[in-house]
Amino acid sequence: MADIQKNEQQQNTAFESNYIDENIKADQSSKAKAFVKKFLKRKTAVLGLIIIVLLIIIAIIGPYIAPYQYDAYDYANALQGPSAEHLFGTDHYGRDIFSRMLVGARLTLGVSLSAVIVGAALGTVLGLLAGYYGGIIETLVMRGSDVLFSFPDILLAIAIVAILGPGIINVLIAVMVFTIPSFARIMRSATLAVKGSLYVEVAQSLGCKDSRLLFVHIFPGTIQSLIVNFTMRIGSAIMAAASLSFLGFGANVTEPEWGAMLSQGRNYIGIASHMVYFPGLVIFLTVLAFNLFGDGLRDTLDPKIK
Amino acid sequence: MSRYFVRRILATIPLMFIISIFVFMFIHLIPGDPARTIAGLDAEEWQVEAIREEYGLNKPIVTQYVDYMVKLFHGDMGESMKSFTPVSELIAERMPQTLKLVFAGVLWAPILGIFIGVMSAIKQGKIFDHVCMLIAITGLSAPGFWLGLMGIQIFSVQLGWLPSGGLDSWKGFILPSFTMGCGIMAVLARYSRSSMLETLREDYVRTARAKGQKESLVMFSHAFRNSLIQVVTILGLQIGGLLSGSVLTETVFSIPGMGRLLTDSIQFRDYAAVQGLLMLFALQYVLINLVVDLLYGVINPKIRLD
Amino acid sequence: MVQERLLTVNKLRTEFFQSKKSSVTAINEISFHLDKGEILGLVGESGCGKSVTSLSIMRLLNFTSGKVTKGEVIFDGEDLQKISENEMRKIRGGKMSMIFQEPMSSLNPAMRIDKQMIEGIRLHTNMSKEEARKHASKMLSQVGIPDPERVLKNYPHQLSGGMSQRVMIAMAMSCNPQMLIADEPTTALDVTIQAQILELMKKIQQEEGMSILLITHDLGVVAEMCTRVIVMYAGEIVEEAPVEELFNHPTHPYTEGLIASVPKLGSGVKVLPSIPGSVPDLSMLPKGCRFAPRCKYATERCRNEEPDLFQISANQKCRCWRQER
Repeated sequence: MADIQKNEQQQNTAFESNYIDENIKADQSSKAKAFVKKFLKRKTAVLGLIIIVLLIIIAIIGPYIAPYQYDAYDYANALQGPSAEHLFGTDHYGRDIFSRMLVGARLTLGVSLSAVIVGAALGTVLGLLAGYYGGIIETLVMRGSDVLFSFPDILLAIAIVAILGPGIINVLIAVMVFTIPSFARIMRSATLAVKGSLYVEVAQSLGCKDSRLLFVHIFPGTIQSLIVNFTMRIGSAIMAAASLSFLGFGANVTEPEWGAMLSQGRNYIGIASHMVYFPGLVIFLTVLAFNLFGDGLRDTLDPKIK
Repeated sequence: MSRYFVRRILATIPLMFIISIFVFMFIHLIPGDPARTIAGLDAEEWQVEAIREEYGLNKPIVTQYVDYMVKLFHGDMGESMKSFTPVSELIAERMPQTLKLVFAGVLWAPILGIFIGVMSAIKQGKIFDHVCMLIAITGLSAPGFWLGLMGIQIFSVQLGWLPSGGLDSWKGFILPSFTMGCGIMAVLARYSRSSMLETLREDYVRTARAKGQKESLVMFSHAFRNSLIQVVTILGLQIGGLLSGSVLTETVFSIPGMGRLLTDSIQFRDYAAVQGLLMLFALQYVLINLVVDLLYGVINPKIRLD
Repeated sequence: MVQERLLTVNKLRTEFFQSKKSSVTAINEISFHLDKGEILGLVGESGCGKSVTSLSIMRLLNFTSGKVTKGEVIFDGEDLQKISENEMRKIRGGKMSMIFQEPMSSLNPAMRIDKQMIEGIRLHTNMSKEEARKHASKMLSQVGIPDPERVLKNYPHQLSGGMSQRVMIAMAMSCNPQMLIADEPTTALDVTIQAQILELMKKIQQEEGMSILLITHDLGVVAEMCTRVIVMYAGEIVEEAPVEELFNHPTHPYTEGLIASVPKLGSGVKVLPSIPGSVPDLSMLPKGCRFAPRCKYATERCRNEEPDLFQISANQKCRCWRQER
C-alpha cells in the first residue's frame, strides 16, 4: 500500500516537472521566435549573417571550386590585372589570386575563429571566477588583464609573436591571448551584475552550491554579453591576424593567407594594385560582416532598444 | 577633492611595477635557452657563455631584475644587439616621428568622431544618422593599413598629389594621419552616439525642456556635457590604439619611427631593443590613461567632490 | 464666487507610434478643466495615462514617439496645440511649470544648482545673472531650505531626495507660474519627507494663488490636497467629482474599489479589499467598457457597449452604465 502511494507520488512529481519543463520550453521557443523575428527586421545584420554563411561555405569547399591550383607558378602570366581568366588577377609568380583567396579562406578564418573560441573560453572562466569569488582571484585576474591591456590593441599580439617567433600557430596564440582580457573583464562585470540580482540571492539563500549557482544561475544571465562580445571579437581577431601577417610575423609567404597576400602585394603597389586591392577588400568585407552581425545581435538582445 | 587624483596617480605605481616584471621576463619567456637564442643556433658554446655573462643571465633572477630596474631608472635600456648603440639612443632618435604621427591622428579623429556621433544621436533614425553609422562601421571594419595602401595607390601612384611615404612636408602627413585616425574616429562616433542617446532619455533633459530652454541648448549644455563624461572613459583606450596603430602606419608609409624599430628589431631578434620599446610603449599608454582618468575626474563632479 | 477657467482640455487624444502606421492610443479624448487657484487631482494606477496627459499639456512628448493627434488645450485663452514651439517655450517654465517624480535624476548631475536655477529664471525674466542668483537664493529659502547659499553651490548628488524636490519646486516656482503640474511629486520620497513636501506645496499654492494639477496614485495625497478629483482608467476619465463627493459617494466601481483598498485606522477590516486583475494592455483593449473585465457589477451590456461619461449631478461625472440618466 505504502509502495503504491510512493509510486503515485513519484508519478505526480514526474508529471509536474514534465509539465513545468514543457511550459518553459514553450516559453523559450516563443522567445526564440520573437528573437528571430526581431533580428530579421535588421537588414544590415541579416546581410552580415549571409556574408558569414557564404564565407564559411567557401572555407569548406574553397579548394574544390578554385579554378586554378593555388600554388601553380606561371611566370608568363605574372602580375596580370583582373580578367575573365583570372578574376582577381595574378600575383608576382603568376598564381591566380582568386584561387588563392578561396583556398586561403580556411586558413584565415580558421586561425581567427579558433583563437577567439579558445581565448573567449579562457577569458569567460577567469571572468566568472573573478566576479563570483572576488578577493585574491579577482585581484589576480583583473591586475593581469590590466597589464595585458597596457599593450594596447595589436601591440600585445606583436609582443607575443616577438617572444614566440613568427609563424601561423604563434599568430593564433597571440590573437588568443589578445582576446582573453576583454572577455575576462566583460564577464566579470556581467557576473557582478547578475550576482547582485534578486534571483541569485534567492538561490543562494535556498542553499544552492557554488558550482550550481555559477553555472545554472549566473552563467546564463551573462550569456548575452558573451555572445555579442564573441561576434565582435571575431572581427577584431581577423583584423589582428591580418595585421600581424602584414607586418611579416604571420603565415609563411607561400601560404595563401589573406594578410600575407596583402603584405606581398605591398611591394607591387605601383604596378599591380589588384594584389593589394582584392585581399584587403575581402578582409574588410569579412570584418564588416561580423561587425554588422554583432551589432544586430546586440540591438536585438538589448531590451532598451525596440 | 584631491583624493581621487592622488588615489588614481598612486594606482599606476603597482601597475608599472607589474608591467616592468612582465617586460623584464620577456627575454626569459622566449622558449628554450635565451642566451642560445640570442647567440644563434650555430654559435659556439663560448659565445653563448659570453652572452650569458654580458646580459647577466647566469645570475639569480631577482638580482637580474633589480639590476635591470636600476639601469632602467638611469635611462639605460641596454645595448642594441644589432647596431651596438644604446637602445635609449635608438629610441630617442625614432620617437619624434611616432609622436608626430600620433599627434596628427589625435588632432582630428576624436573630435570629428564625437561630433558625428552626437549629431547622429540628435538626428536619430534620419538619413544623416544612417549614413554616418554606415561610414562608422565601414571605418571600423576596414583594415587601416589597407586603407593606407589604397590611399597611396590613388593619391600617390595615380594622381601624384601626395607623397607615398615620409613625413617631410605637411602633405606627407595627410595619408598617414587619415590611416591612423579612421578607426578611432569610427569607434568614437559609435560610442558617443549611443552614449548621447542614453543621455537624451534622462530625466534632467526633460527638466531642461520643461524650463523652456531652447532645444539647441538642451542638447549642448545639458545632454552633450553629460554624454561626454562617458565618452572620455574610452578615450584613453583609443589613443592607446593610435600608439599601436603607428606600428602598422609606419610600415605602410616607410616612416622611421618607434613602430618600425619594433618590427625591425623583432625580425633581427634584437631583444634588448624589443624589450626597451615594449617598456616605453606600455609606459606611454599608462600615462595617457592616467591623464584621461584625471580629466574624467575634472569633468565629473561626482568623482571630483567625492 | 465665479470661478475663472485657467486650463481647458478638450477631447485630447495622444498616441504612441511604433511605426508610421501602427500606434497605441495612450489617452483617448479626455476633457477636463482647471480653475484659477484650484488643486485638481488626477488619479489612477500606473499606466493609465496620467503622466502622458501632463506631458501632452506641456507638449513635451514631441521628443518621444508620442504625439497629440486630436483635441485642444486652452491655457489662459490660448490654444497650446496651435502656437509655435517658440511661443510654447515661453510658457514652459514661465506661466506653466512642472515638477517630476524622480527629483534626484531630474537635476543635471554635471551642473551646480545655482546654474540650473539661474538658467530657468533668466529664460523668462530680464534679470541679470546676479539678480537671478539672488532670486534663486530667495526661492530656496521660501521652500524651506535653511542655507540656500550652500545649496546653490552644490551639485545634485550632494543633496538628499527631499532636498532635491525642494530645489525642483523652487525652480518651478521661480517665475511665478499660474499653474504647476506636479507629476507624482512625493512618490520617490520617504513618508516623513512626503508630508513636508505636500505641506510646502499647499502653503505656496495658498500664498501665490496658483493652480496645481496634482498627478498621483495615492488617494491619501488627494484627500489632503485637492479640491476636485479626476479618476483615470486605461486612458480615459472614468469619474470626476469634488473631493468630498468622491470619498463619500463614489459612483464608478473603479473609484469604489480604489477607495476601498485604502487602509483605514480602526475600521476593523482584517483583509484589505483589492481590485481583481490588472490594468489592460492599451494595445489590446476589451470591447465595451474598459473596466468590465475587472468589475463586479459588469453585465452583458458593459462587455459590449462602451458607456459615455454621464453627468450625474451638477459637478459629478461618471463613465458607467449604472449611472445612465
